[in-house]
Amino acid sequence: MLARDLHPGAWWLWAIGLAAAATFTLNPVALLLIWAIAALVVMARRSEAPWALSFRLYVYLAVFVVVLRVVFRIIFGTAATEADLIVLHLPEIPLPEAARGIQLLGDVTLVALLSGLYDGLRLGAIILCVGAANALANPKRLLKSVPPALYEVGTAVVVALTIFPQLAESVQRVNRARKLRGSPGRGVGVLRRVVVPVLEDALERSMTLAMGMDARGYGRSGRATARERVVTGLLMLLALFALCIGIYAYLDATAPRVLAVGGLGVGVVLAAAGLWSAGRRVERTRYRPDRWRGAELLTVASGLAVAVGVDRAYALDPYAVVPGLDGWPEVSPWVLAIILVGALPAFLTPPPAVPRGADHHEREVVDA
Amino acid sequence: MLELRDVSFAYPDGDWTWQHVDLRLEEGELVLACGRTGSGKSTLLGLFNGLVPHFTGGTLAGDVLVDGRSVVGVPPRELAHLVGYVPQDPLSGFVSDVVEDELAYGMEQLGLPPQTMRRRVEETLDLLGIADLRRRPIRALSGGQQQRVAIGAVLTMHPRVLVLDEPTSALDPTAAEDVLATVARLVDDLGLTVVVAEHRMERVVPFADRLVVVDGGTVTVGAPAALLVDSPVAPPLVELGRLAGWDPLPLSVREARRRRTDLQARLAEPGTAPAPAGEPVLTARGVSVTYTSHVAVREVDLLVRAGEVVGLMGRNGSGKSSLLWALRGALKRAGGSVDVGGGDPAGLSSAEARARIGLVPQTAADLLYLETVADECATADEQAEVAPGTCRGLLDRLAPGIDEARHPRDLSEGQRLALVLAVVLTSCPSVVVLDEPTRGLDYAGKAELAAILRDLADQGHGIVVASHDVEFVAEVADTVVVMAEGEIVSRGPAAEVLAESPSFAPQVSKVLGAPWLTVHQVREAMA
Repeated sequence: MLARDLHPGAWWLWAIGLAAAATFTLNPVALLLIWAIAALVVMARRSEAPWALSFRLYVYLAVFVVVLRVVFRIIFGTAATEADLIVLHLPEIPLPEAARGIQLLGDVTLVALLSGLYDGLRLGAIILCVGAANALANPKRLLKSVPPALYEVGTAVVVALTIFPQLAESVQRVNRARKLRGSPGRGVGVLRRVVVPVLEDALERSMTLAMGMDARGYGRSGRATARERVVTGLLMLLALFALCIGIYAYLDATAPRVLAVGGLGVGVVLAAAGLWSAGRRVERTRYRPDRWRGAELLTVASGLAVAVGVDRAYALDPYAVVPGLDGWPEVSPWVLAIILVGALPAFLTPPPAVPRGADHHEREVVDA
Repeated sequence: MLELRDVSFAYPDGDWTWQHVDLRLEEGELVLACGRTGSGKSTLLGLFNGLVPHFTGGTLAGDVLVDGRSVVGVPPRELAHLVGYVPQDPLSGFVSDVVEDELAYGMEQLGLPPQTMRRRVEETLDLLGIADLRRRPIRALSGGQQQRVAIGAVLTMHPRVLVLDEPTSALDPTAAEDVLATVARLVDDLGLTVVVAEHRMERVVPFADRLVVVDGGTVTVGAPAALLVDSPVAPPLVELGRLAGWDPLPLSVREARRRRTDLQARLAEPGTAPAPAGEPVLTARGVSVTYTSHVAVREVDLLVRAGEVVGLMGRNGSGKSSLLWALRGALKRAGGSVDVGGGDPAGLSSAEARARIGLVPQTAADLLYLETVADECATADEQAEVAPGTCRGLLDRLAPGIDEARHPRDLSEGQRLALVLAVVLTSCPSVVVLDEPTRGLDYAGKAELAAILRDLADQGHGIVVASHDVEFVAEVADTVVVMAEGEIVSRGPAAEVLAESPSFAPQVSKVLGAPWLTVHQVREAMA
């Protein structure tokens, strides 16, 4: 397969599928497998870009969550019954009457420990799935893939993302200059000395950027007729109306189901039509757009398959998916096999494109 | 094609910036706009694509026509396909973070078909010689590369007029030559009409077909040789021509060199400048600065004597700024020692360090954060524990007559620099280091700054000034130090180092040969 970057949307859908599967199960083996799959795919398919290096942070966070969950279960113990297996005897710290119902330390039961562990593993798996999507998908390309009608919003977000590193640079520069001037000052004074020049800088920069964008054609008016505008507006209004009815009916158990499903369905269709109509009059094209091809579809399908598979497995064999807390969990090879499908993208997608001549040309921090 | 007909413009609640301008841009010509700082050059450029008055506000009288059709009131975006505008600081105008996407941005807005976009991006990458940078993050490029990307980003839209506002002001001499050569090629090969505003005119005058001089509310248009006879701003070459009485004035070094014999005959032997002999005020040994794995400054030794002005030169990223900050003790050194008046500024308290060495950073305005000039001066006095009024006194000597109720942001570039310099000098440091102080200053402003620095040196201060501006360094420096890749590659008296280097030689020395450096010298030798 020729090296290329996958559509960022594909990675996100795959990760969402995997995360959904993680929410359905509490089986530690299955959850650890999801951890492993997320890590494997990231290792196999991430690029050299800065955001790709963030995965490690997500791993730290996930491990931290697991530890935190278990530690909490130990600190805030639950009253053990006769039947519970006690793993650890700790002295209980007596609390005043007002805090009745809360137990500090005391006997630690196996059930409490395991439920904390499984819960932590599940949360960790979801965090890792998000992290994997973040590491694999170029956030800017994702924003560029929004429908044409939302182009303006997408651009605004892209620009905002570009501003952040600049702001950090500004703060650093001003801070250094402030030290030159000496006398660090007191309290609010310091903040003011940093904030005022940085904000002035940011304001000036946004004005220049706005000028630059305008000079390069941003926001050129399309050739929409008044009639087209009315149609688009009408479609959007009707969509909103239908969605409101649908949601109301969905939440109100006494309302007929037809109204709920129908309202939501009609609303979604109308909204799509509205977006399409709005996008049609935008005279803008996209340079080298990401396309949906086989590898993208396969990636999404594998994520989806895991989610649907684990959901079905619960219906067939609940104990394999959500095990008991009184001993070793039951492991079903079928469930594991279903989850393993999620690892397919690591092997069946093209490797990421390596930028040619990507020597790490570092620019000096001070010399502009 | 593009025509200004009896145009006048005034900023909101201001006087007319200039009045009754008639200018017609012809196909395939290069027009150079020049004038003193604040004369309204940039305003004039903004008129061509409607940024003025769309973004600035103000009153516009007269008519702007494209192909005989008035475009007054048309916003810049609707003219994007006709006029390509490259702002002064390209970095702040970039929308995307990768070179290729940036080139495509304008075309996406125009709604060009994908195949066309793909083709034009490739063509433009080749035209500007930046094909190997296509996937590189823009922020990691050098200044010259960024400038070429900015030009490419508007060229892909195939505009008929290209407007460049000070395209080389932040570039080192070599990168500036590259960018200007690229621009000249666009005019020659593509028949593009180019309008350039530039402070350092010496670089553009040889290419220019016509000159637009903006001065005191009037705008004159004409042939460069004719207008330069009495224009308020002129490159050293023209000054030399005026001095020698050459007619017509030479516009390129080659022309001038052919006529130098008569001038040389009238010149007395140049006096050799005495070597600076003051006491050493700054001694740096083995100074190194590193950023993670990148060595910015590598074991540099530097000696500055009282009364000496050291010019620090070198391309962008050669470690000049890092060295200055390390000398000031405000940047962590990876090794070496700095001794200013018996102490290392890095180890001293902030007040003590300031009393020994003062640094004027590249973006000088960062040092200013109060609302009025008076507040800034008062704070500086207080911090330096000197008599109230010291700072104001210094300021009045550097730039007389600044209203003390004004906001520092509202001052002109030169006045702001003077204020920062006054604040720094209030602590009376024995060494003053300045990082790229001439940005945005016109010839007169630079001459003033040079006089101020010379004056400070004569009072016994040691001065280090980093600059790309060879003419300025030639004017002010006794000793020149050239850096490359964090190391010092040559150092010595200004006359030797500058005149020997092909890229750092000032125009006068290109014409007359070493040891002539400045028009000032020639004038004295003729008297």
